Amino acid sequence: MNRPLMLVQIGLAMAVGLATMVLFPLVAPLYGVINATLYTSMAIFALSLALLWGFAGILCFGQSAFFGLGAYAYAIAAINFGDTTIACAFAILVPVLFAAALGYFLFYGRLSDVYLGVITLTVTLILFKLINSTGGDSWRIGKARIGGFNGIPDTPPLRVPFGGEILSPTQLFVFAIICLVVVYTFCKWLALTRFGRAIAAVRENEVRAELLGYNAKRLKLAIFCISAGLAGLAGLLFANTVFVSPTIFGLSMAAQVLIWVIVGGLGTFVGPVVASIVLQMVAVYFGKLGWIDPNIVLGALLIAFVVFVPSGLLPTATRIAGILKNRAGSRGRAGQALPGEVGERQVS
Amino acid sequence: MVLLQIASAIGNLALVCAGLAVIFGMMRVINLAHGEFIMLGGFAAVLSVHAGVNIWLAMLVVAPLTVAAVGLIVERLIMRRLYGRMVDTMLATWGVSLLLIGLTTTLFGNRVVGIAAPLGSFRIGGYSIGAYELVITLISIAIFVGGYLLLRWTPLGLVARATMQNREMAASLGIEPSRVYAVTFGIGAALSGLAGGLLAPLSGVVPTMGVAYVAKAFITVITGGASIIVGTATSSLLLGSISTLTTFLTTPVVGDVALLVSATIFLRLMPTGITGRIFRGAP
Repeated sequence: MNRPLMLVQIGLAMAVGLATMVLFPLVAPLYGVINATLYTSMAIFALSLALLWGFAGILCFGQSAFFGLGAYAYAIAAINFGDTTIACAFAILVPVLFAAALGYFLFYGRLSDVYLGVITLTVTLILFKLINSTGGDSWRIGKARIGGFNGIPDTPPLRVPFGGEILSPTQLFVFAIICLVVVYTFCKWLALTRFGRAIAAVRENEVRAELLGYNAKRLKLAIFCISAGLAGLAGLLFANTVFVSPTIFGLSMAAQVLIWVIVGGLGTFVGPVVASIVLQMVAVYFGKLGWIDPNIVLGALLIAFVVFVPSGLLPTATRIAGILKNRAGSRGRAGQALPGEVGERQVS
Repeated sequence: MVLLQIASAIGNLALVCAGLAVIFGMMRVINLAHGEFIMLGGFAAVLSVHAGVNIWLAMLVVAPLTVAAVGLIVERLIMRRLYGRMVDTMLATWGVSLLLIGLTTTLFGNRVVGIAAPLGSFRIGGYSIGAYELVITLISIAIFVGGYLLLRWTPLGLVARATMQNREMAASLGIEPSRVYAVTFGIGAALSGLAGGLLAPLSGVVPTMGVAYVAKAFITVITGGASIIVGTATSSLLLGSISTLTTFLTTPVVGDVALLVSATIFLRLMPTGITGRIFRGAP
């Protein structure tokens, strides 16, 4: 992907972000704003997996482990320190360190990507069990009760750094949108750096990249940790909109994010963000209907996409747009594709 | 006494792994719906017992047959399109897993149903142990010995191993690979169903129970390595004893964690599993 196109995309993302964060709170009720903050945190979560799976080609089934660890780290640190600024640092550092330890065993053990998926999933489920069993007063870290199945309902809300005011829901929403745009820009930028190109080389052909002198294991470990940090950031926002409970380590959380990324399109960053927001709305809609179990919808979607549209919606749409454009072009007039769709194929 | 407990834990673990060893170990299909196959077996057994079927018949015949049928449908509709695309099989079976959880929750509700374990318990000194748990251990030993003999010494096993090893070669020798795949998947599903049926009296049945098994089963089969029967048996032996001993000393949750952690460290030391190093070449 070329640099000017990337700048256009980032500019577009910033414009959309700015418009959303100014206009949306004006028109939506408070409930809608809080919900939108939740969606935004999930979009960041989807981006973290889009970076790891779509861009670096590492399929991690347990991305929600990092998300959940970020949320728990924030809640526990915020209760203990009172100040939320340090807690934010914890929310990102704890998942990164956990990813470093786990990734060491996975990548340096030379486990193939499929085993990696299974083991990361196992880790998430074990965390779910572990946290679930921490009910009662005996399980506490410092002042914070972990609370077992009930989670930590009294998570302190985010404040302006260093002992300032508590952020209002609208301010929190603005903060979340800023985070989303920053993370998106970061992912785009990362893909263009030397590091990003080396990652792409490892994704395409690990043996060849190693023969050229790149340390594939270290590169994978690095991108694993970065992605875990982003997931932790999403967890931090999540902990501020909904309270933390073991369900964030559960199976449906881990499944959702994979579905968003595969539906949005592997190798793209816009796709998973859009897919995460749209699919959450769909899930809420089905939840309101009440007669159909959300797992049925998730499962059917996942199967349908793997079997029929394995490359995801955005790349498929780009391809169709390209075909239409060529056809229109051959008749002497270039067709117009939507700006977001141009050149979004494989960020490489 | 403790040894009997450990033996029964190992038997349980091996039983839970058997179906996965066939589907994942032989066909290289990452079957994340394994836990749900077990769950369906459990439901089949419980529902047929409630309908008045003899409990042994329900566990040993109805459960495996029901799940084999489900397995064959899944194979025919979904898996057949995805062989050789390992990551896609993993995603698709996860979809199947969610779908099955959702369907059973809708049909039976999210509550535990169960049946009483047959055969009471017997005493050795001051301890007592359920006779039923020993029966499970014996059945799982029988499955593994039978599986070994089947794969190693019968024409059927030869055909199955040949097809998994080299699909084109087998096809050119007059074997129909798609049928072999379907039958193997069905057998794997039947074994999972059998496990579910046998475990139903011990653990109760609930739509989300599969989650508890799938992680353990995968880690055990992966640790076992390339030879599915010998590998899975030895790794069940190893990991089963580790987790039971830890459970004795602490709590069941820590026991599960110990199983996972030891398996992860083990794979760091032996990336190809136990049978990548020792017992090479056994089925």
